[in-house]
Amino acid sequence: MNEKRIRVLVAKPGLDGHDRGAKVIAQALRDSGMEVVYTGLRQTPEQIVSAALQEDVNVVGMSILSGAHATLFPEVVKLLKEQGAEDVLVVGGGIIPEEDIPELKAAGIHEVFTPGTPLDKVVNYIKENVKN
Amino acid sequence: MFKQEQLDKISAKKKGWEEKLEATKKKRPERKNKFETHSAIKVEPVYTPLDLADMDYERDLGLPGEYPYTRGVQPNMYRGRLWTMRQYAGFGTAEETNKRFRYLLEQGQTGLSCAFDLPTQIGYDSDHALSKGEVGKVGVAIDSLQDMEILFDQIPLGKVSTSMTINAPAGILLAMYIAVAEKQGVERAKLNGTIQNDIIKEYIARGTYILPPEPSMRLITDIFEFCSEEVPNWNTISISGYHIREAGATAAQEIAFTLADGIAYVDAAIKAGLDVDKFAPRLSFFFNSHLNFLEEVAKFRAARRLWAKIMRERFGAKNPRSWTLRFHTQTAGVSLQAQQPMVNIMRTAYEAMSAVLGGTQSLHTNSYDEALALPSDESVLIALRTQQVIGYETGVCDTVDPLAGSYYVESLTNGVEEQAQEYIDKIDALGGAPKAIEFMQKEIHNAAYKYQVEIDTQERIVVGLNRFQMEEKKLEDLLKVDLTVGDNQERKLKKLRAERDNAKVESILAALREAAQGDANLMPIFIDAVKAYTTLGEICGVLRDVYGEYQQQIVF
Repeated sequence: MNEKRIRVLVAKPGLDGHDRGAKVIAQALRDSGMEVVYTGLRQTPEQIVSAALQEDVNVVGMSILSGAHATLFPEVVKLLKEQGAEDVLVVGGGIIPEEDIPELKAAGIHEVFTPGTPLDKVVNYIKENVKN
Repeated sequence: MFKQEQLDKISAKKKGWEEKLEATKKKRPERKNKFETHSAIKVEPVYTPLDLADMDYERDLGLPGEYPYTRGVQPNMYRGRLWTMRQYAGFGTAEETNKRFRYLLEQGQTGLSCAFDLPTQIGYDSDHALSKGEVGKVGVAIDSLQDMEILFDQIPLGKVSTSMTINAPAGILLAMYIAVAEKQGVERAKLNGTIQNDIIKEYIARGTYILPPEPSMRLITDIFEFCSEEVPNWNTISISGYHIREAGATAAQEIAFTLADGIAYVDAAIKAGLDVDKFAPRLSFFFNSHLNFLEEVAKFRAARRLWAKIMRERFGAKNPRSWTLRFHTQTAGVSLQAQQPMVNIMRTAYEAMSAVLGGTQSLHTNSYDEALALPSDESVLIALRTQQVIGYETGVCDTVDPLAGSYYVESLTNGVEEQAQEYIDKIDALGGAPKAIEFMQKEIHNAAYKYQVEIDTQERIVVGLNRFQMEEKKLEDLLKVDLTVGDNQERKLKKLRAERDNAKVESILAALREAAQGDANLMPIFIDAVKAYTTLGEICGVLRDVYGEYQQQIVF
């Protein structure tokens, strides 16, 4: 088997400093065999997209707990498209009210994981949906 | 505490009992493969005087209000006055938060606790590009003294005490608070309250840093010095384990890393030439109260004993007030679940009870809807009522430190203290907390990952999440932050910049730049600056220019 490893960028957009979830997910993805790059805090959508292109990732996973998801998640999708990277699977997580999820999905976020999601569910979702 | 003869008798009896236990276990196997606390302290089936054979009452516990303060910082604790019931609040505009503050005071809350939005905490004005989407979200937006005047409108600052969760720009927000008070005719010497002002845990766990460690520590010692002269009743720092715990730390790590940060601040202030007994009585702490009920009680007791020894033995403080660890507690945000959210009321109540049995000076109880949104008026009221029930109905406040002498609680107190002391020694060996940030982050991350794996494998049961799940109705009436807050703040800023005396602002900013390059205390110039309606972003902009920004090391 010489399957290409899935490459993931885990990113923290905006000013939110809560990175427990982002780091736990990053480690779970890495333990499942993916190559994971974590951006660290306070990334602008532009920085995230530029890191995604530079690292040639198949997946961008973003986490926000501050409530700024409605502004920042769609911005990342838009910039990825502008750069011709619409194949990248974009997922998000954090404290995200259920009623915001349809709008995020319509804006091109493929899946949104809310509090209480088991790690396996995120890993499996990515494995099943990534375009590798 | 016990005579050898007694211990020998108990030991002999216990051997026989252990055989019985093994036989029972064959018939009734134990529920879990291992019993341990969050700090991975092994929990025995029973505790006896044998576990406390080395305990010396005078040395290890003492009486309440006496060294080493294991039993509490005052002789009569809650028989005199209950803890300060202080709900953390703040969202949207200064007008909305002012309304919430006044509502809480009317409902019997006894102190204010202010949450600021992320741009305020990181020193950006609401119209900065990086503020996009964040204005008013996790706290109130404060751009200038004008917002602060609205925030405390009709709240008598000479009578309430106010805690402000502000770190990197703490001196500037304190300057604004002083300016508002003086406008109300309240002298700064009469003000009571706290600024969090704990930058090291921002680097470790919370993330709202601005400047690198060296200038940040200088701002902190400037505040210590200024307040010891001018605002003597102000708690100049709240050295915080809360966020370290929320990030995943265990109970022992929480107090170890917090006290290590405390040691770094005391070191810095002594190096800056301050007398330890002048500033140390105003140091305060902030801890988390998590779900392992008795380990949490033990943790608070262990923290008090450790700090007393550190201050007296390591720093040679002479004033008993320098030895006492006074702390605020908040129940564990991470323990709240989005599933069956009403169950969070019970979790919070037990956590609050731990804090009270641990001798907290003030307390915030989380609201049941906080895994979903900022708390509503209704949920925050239940959270406050939870504290009132503990204080007025349960009777636990009628005697001091009621769990003292429990074989288990005293053993756990020793166990948490030992583990914390080992961590403090390790951090000392690395050169102190500011040099051990990545070490602490790695430890916290490992503990967080372990906790999540335990939940996923059902080794750790969370009611409603991985067991006892059910179909449920969605919670209604969640609080929504008005999406126009950002636009309103931008409009207010535009107007402010057009109307204020801009020549004065420019000259103050130039003076600030010069002062920041020298080593005079920066507090007086912050006060001048805010009184001239210089914005928070403008002041922090100068500091960023002079000192540069902190660059995070990525650890996971």
